[in-house]
Amino acid sequence: MANASPQQGFWGDLRHDMPAAIGLCVILLIVLAAVFAPLLAPYDPAAQSLIKRLAPPVWMTRGSWDHVLGTDNLGRDVLSRVIWGARVTLLIGAATCLIAATLGTLVGLWAGYRGGRTDSVLMRLVDIQISFPGILLILLVVGVIGPGVGTLIGVLAITNWMVYARLVRGIVSSTRQTAHVEAAEIVGCRPSRVIFRHILPNLVSPLLTLLILEFTNIVLAEAAVSFLGFGVQPPQTSWGLDVASGRDYLFIAWWLVTFPGLAIVATVLSINLFAGWLRVTTDPEEREKRFARSLAARRRRAVRKGANT
Amino acid sequence: MPDFILRRLFQGLLVVLGVTATVFVVTRVFGDPVSLMLPLSATDAQRAAFAAQIGLDQPLPVQFWRFLTDIVTLDFGDSLWQRRPAIEVVFERLPNTALLVGAGLGLAVLVSIPLGAIAALRPGGLVDRLVVSLGLLGLAMPQFWLGLMAIMVFAVQLKWLPTSGFGTAAHLVLPALTLAMTPIARFTMMVRAAMIDELNKPYVQTARAKGMSLPRILRVHTLRNILVPFLALSGWEAITALSGYTVVVETVFAWPGLGLTAVQAIQRGDLFLMQAIVFVIAALIVIIGIAIDVAAKSIDPRIELN
Amino acid sequence: MSALLKIEDLAVVFDTRAGTVEALRGVSLSLGRGETLGIVGESGSGKSVTAQAVMGLIDVPGRIAGGSISWDGQALVQDGAQQHPSGIWGKEVTMVFQSPMTSLNPLMTIGAQLEEVIRKHLGLGRAAARDHAAEMLAAVGISGARRRLDQYPHEFSGGMRQRVMIAMAIACEPKLLIADEPTTALDVTIQAQILELLAGLQERLGLSIILITHDLGIVAGLCHRVAVMYAGQIVETGSVDDIFDRPAHPYTQGLIRSTPRLDEPEDRLTAIEGTPPGLLHPPEGCAFRTRCPIARDDCRAPQALRPFGAGFVACTQPGVDAWGDGK
Repeated sequence: MANASPQQGFWGDLRHDMPAAIGLCVILLIVLAAVFAPLLAPYDPAAQSLIKRLAPPVWMTRGSWDHVLGTDNLGRDVLSRVIWGARVTLLIGAATCLIAATLGTLVGLWAGYRGGRTDSVLMRLVDIQISFPGILLILLVVGVIGPGVGTLIGVLAITNWMVYARLVRGIVSSTRQTAHVEAAEIVGCRPSRVIFRHILPNLVSPLLTLLILEFTNIVLAEAAVSFLGFGVQPPQTSWGLDVASGRDYLFIAWWLVTFPGLAIVATVLSINLFAGWLRVTTDPEEREKRFARSLAARRRRAVRKGANT
Repeated sequence: MPDFILRRLFQGLLVVLGVTATVFVVTRVFGDPVSLMLPLSATDAQRAAFAAQIGLDQPLPVQFWRFLTDIVTLDFGDSLWQRRPAIEVVFERLPNTALLVGAGLGLAVLVSIPLGAIAALRPGGLVDRLVVSLGLLGLAMPQFWLGLMAIMVFAVQLKWLPTSGFGTAAHLVLPALTLAMTPIARFTMMVRAAMIDELNKPYVQTARAKGMSLPRILRVHTLRNILVPFLALSGWEAITALSGYTVVVETVFAWPGLGLTAVQAIQRGDLFLMQAIVFVIAALIVIIGIAIDVAAKSIDPRIELN
Repeated sequence: MSALLKIEDLAVVFDTRAGTVEALRGVSLSLGRGETLGIVGESGSGKSVTAQAVMGLIDVPGRIAGGSISWDGQALVQDGAQQHPSGIWGKEVTMVFQSPMTSLNPLMTIGAQLEEVIRKHLGLGRAAARDHAAEMLAAVGISGARRRLDQYPHEFSGGMRQRVMIAMAIACEPKLLIADEPTTALDVTIQAQILELLAGLQERLGLSIILITHDLGIVAGLCHRVAVMYAGQIVETGSVDDIFDRPAHPYTQGLIRSTPRLDEPEDRLTAIEGTPPGLLHPPEGCAFRTRCPIARDDCRAPQALRPFGAGFVACTQPGVDAWGDGK
């Protein structure tokens, strides 16, 4: 146990935490679905069939294996649409996070490294923009410019870069005061070298954690904006959009709203489960606390069992 | 104290100015208000007249100055949709949104503090794991979906509550619960984590050594210490609720508040009404921020408000 | 002298991911009425854990693994099981912690924190509790007591906060006060004042005191009896005079050699070489043998405390001058 390699420790640890392990599996499943959507989806997600309208899922009396999760009001296969929806959702989420993180990291690096006036101006900008009325402003922008995947990614990125800037700036200004960075500056390392060699390595782990958590926020925001009709537009598919179009059939076809929504829940939940576990596992102190907690809980259960028998 | 409030007001002014600049750039530089607001059938003469009426024929700096002065005097123009001053529409709908947000967040505060505290008593125990699981689930559920599910179960199937609309207390239940879900989850997780941290602090050892019971320590000692971060988070949630949750929840439940009005305004190309909504919400956000800081100061005497 | 506090064969362990750390390994102690006992040892030797066990403060990841603690005939720990008697902790047995800066609740007034314990244990009303709280502050030498009741901890200096802690500890006429490194975090001049205060209180109130410290100088000034701890065990106990004049255990001898003494100015100070053993897998037998200059083969066998002179020592060769320079 004490000699186990970090790799073994990682997987061994994950096996002990069932929710996190399941979360990882679901994430992989969703990613696979997104990548191989054309191969996996039984139907073209846009293919309409008026004679097969509003077919219920397979386990209901009128359901059939032709459409496992039923069909919508235009006879489109719900399962296929959910699979294709993963593609759009992950694409928008990944692109947005990447752009926002890059922008935020650059601003944060600049502010943290330059310090002084640059720092206070940039951080004031961050403060101000964080107080902007989020979704409302997005609606205004989309309403004026016109909806679309590109607009959505751009707008979400521009309203989400600030968290990264704050994080990076905080870490940079604290690592700048550590001995090895001061030493590097004293011996005359160029700023770019100091940033890349000495500061960036300290950023990787916290940035990654933030990126994962922000990804879920983007997924939820994209779904909400698409639901309101200002995000992804038909004929493209998006889980939020599908919930919106299923809304009119809420009384007669519950599956139209339920399954795309469940896809969102599954995505966000499994990412959060895995991210929570990852955060604890990469932090030795948290790891120790988690161990003590589970041990104490096990002991209490044992005591209770002993008291019952 | 007044000094601090002035400073915060100044910062709030910057926020409003920032919002103004953003809205201006988006609507006047990227967008074209004329084609957005007038019907496709409008003649060129009508378009030119409308452009002149809202000052689009002036150079951009002049336009911006007019834009700014109009805002200061709360003159956002007439709503095209409602055919009356946009600000009037906003003030008419604002109380409904305030009611919804107040009910939702109030419920969230009442539920989450005891829930988080109970979970923190035995970290890793059965209750704790249940609370954490529910919290994670709550954070994963989009509100528009949760709202529709709630309508399906409680209004359509069980017929306990109305599906949507406004008027009686029964109409408030589902929207408020839906809006409360995310804040409840976030507050509970925060209270739990903060309580666990606080319970490991030396002053808790002191309280225990004094013979104080654990419930009393939670209620009197640690609660006070998590209240400041809790306030900060609830301010944040209030902002998110005003500028995000309400849009979705009001749309799902046809609740006649600012969020629904915003969606309708955009759908109808009613730019003036939308601008009025954005500014009023931005101003509210600033006010909430100041109120939260003042409240934090009254709880924690160590906070310097400079 | 009838024992007020009796600790028998107490074992406390801490569960960590790396394994079980044995923090206390069979500690036995007793304390009489009005007696002051010093517990000395390096950090990690188990002094603070002993105090926490007496106060019922052992919590996850720690747990009591065996032994008993009884207070005035009432069980606090019985055969390794934590008991929860009421009206002892905070009233009859109280504790002052090491760090006065963090041991008070930063968001409650001093008055509220004092009144809380007074109202709970003495059953006084609000006004009476406040009067009593002011008296207590005055008793520990805080002037303007009434006014200071409404102040918050951050308005007090470190020494003043420690006085507040002491005021809380003596507020309900305790019989035993445990002071865990009460002066470590304070300036030297303040240290002396706090110790003086403790000594004065003991005389006035007839308190028993357990003073936990790594500073032998403090023990010499204040205590009647001393217990020396090493690696989770008591290696020697005896009266202060005996311990200082005729230390019997090599570790005690080493400790005294490494403590500056005003009365012998020309002495060179000598540290004990090496480090204490890890308690994850504590060695069989005497834990000090790895650092002991006179260790023998039979030191590998477990050593119990045995009478030697007027005290007790756990050593194969008690009283031998281990360090060979007669100090």
